[in-house]
Amino acid sequence: MIDTLRTYLQFPFVQYALIVGVLIALCSSLMGVTLVLKRFSFIGDGLSHVAFGAMAIAGVLHLTDNLLFVMPVTVLCAVLLLKTGQHTRIKGDAAIAMISVGALALGYLLMHLFSSSSNLSGDVCSTLFGSTSILTLSLSEVWLCAILSVLVVVIFLLFYHKLFAVTFDEDFARAAGIRVDAYNLLIAVVIAVIIVLAMNLVGSLLISALIIFPAMSAMRLFRSFRSVTICSAVLSVSCALLGILISIVAETPVGSTIVAVDILAFLLFSLIARIAERKR
Amino acid sequence: MALLTCDHLTLGYEGRAVLSDLSFEVQAGDYLCVVGENGSGKTTLMKTILGLQKPLSGRIVFGDGLRQNEIGYLPQQTLVQRDFPATVREIVLSGCQARMGRRPFYSREEKALAGKHMERMNLLPLQNSCYRDLSGGQQQRVLLARALCATRKLLVLDEPVSGLDPRVTAEMYALIRSLNQTDGVTIMMISHDLAAAVQEAGSILHVGEEVFFGTRDSYLQSAMARRFLPAEGGQPA
Repeated sequence: MIDTLRTYLQFPFVQYALIVGVLIALCSSLMGVTLVLKRFSFIGDGLSHVAFGAMAIAGVLHLTDNLLFVMPVTVLCAVLLLKTGQHTRIKGDAAIAMISVGALALGYLLMHLFSSSSNLSGDVCSTLFGSTSILTLSLSEVWLCAILSVLVVVIFLLFYHKLFAVTFDEDFARAAGIRVDAYNLLIAVVIAVIIVLAMNLVGSLLISALIIFPAMSAMRLFRSFRSVTICSAVLSVSCALLGILISIVAETPVGSTIVAVDILAFLLFSLIARIAERKR
Repeated sequence: MALLTCDHLTLGYEGRAVLSDLSFEVQAGDYLCVVGENGSGKTTLMKTILGLQKPLSGRIVFGDGLRQNEIGYLPQQTLVQRDFPATVREIVLSGCQARMGRRPFYSREEKALAGKHMERMNLLPLQNSCYRDLSGGQQQRVLLARALCATRKLLVLDEPVSGLDPRVTAEMYALIRSLNQTDGVTIMMISHDLAAAVQEAGSILHVGEEVFFGTRDSYLQSAMARRFLPAEGGQPA
């Protein structure tokens, strides 16, 4: 088994997959803590469906670079979702459900009507579950992913204390002169970027798992914002690495394998937390 | 000049006034209690003073070099905070946000300031404990220490004793009193507990259909107090 792995690891496409997987797992877990604590996790879910719809449109239009279309559309929807959550008559959660289900349905409809591909259900399946796209990354896609990931991490580190303040107590932060709306916008935009990047790794249906599971697992065991953030990042990266390696050896779909590892980690953390509580 | 002057304020949401034509002043060193029934606009008034919402008309003037973002604010607890993974130290430090401006990290002075206020609130032994594991009284002291990091002059407290048991409530009132008397911090407290308000505060602002603003003694003489306060030694009217 080790030998099989060693052989595979020499292929550039496997190396690319590992690099991109680790970067995406890192970014999604960092923002995941804020998202879960701000009760924003449903926005992540809604946006991933929007990204699917956008991907379908990009496919129909035969765009050479899907990302150039999918990225702006998803970011725009992130901004819209945040605005509707605040003031309008349609309640935030209902608006998100409408947009996400609408995007999913229209995306599939468009693919069905206009796709020239002979293997439609295969295309849909790989967009939804990301089955093989991570293994077909080009070098330029890897670079794009690396640059955006570094940007996300830098933004997170620079605004770490501001994000904490905005997440813990919006009113207090606003009274202290922090531009809370601007930071909420920043969070939504960063999440949109991460979701589009993560589509390659786990597909649009499973992205929320990548964002939510590591944060929830870390919150079972750790009790400070900093330790939760660090644990969530380390856990997410380890699960992604392990998941990709398992999927190569066992020839399982990459995305669902990573999510399965994340679920196992969550169960393990919950168990440890329960045992620790009983001992006290 | 007064620390805070509210000049013919009309407050409310979406054009519907909750409170109209309200004028009062807070001098440095005052202990003002804002009382009134639920829905009388106490919290709206506080949010307007903090700059979280705009008055429908009228104006608020800050004096003595106080800026709006230098008010220490003790909010009512929200559901989100109850299960939030954060240590006492992380939360108290976040009170320094206003003085940080755009700087991304806390300076040594800010850490020292947080340490000082944690000591004042008797929180040093708890500084690495998780906020959600603390008792209600301890949690309020954490939020009070955070508010102190944000201000040198004026604390605005929204129902600081709600949900606390009688003993902890008494401790909380004593702590607020000593902040006012020993540390010279101006206090503006919102409360629905009228009996405690007239015991603790130096002046009273009673909002509702009728408005009273004045010292505690003149409030106790007023017809309004007689209607809302139970008679001395007797039963509530």
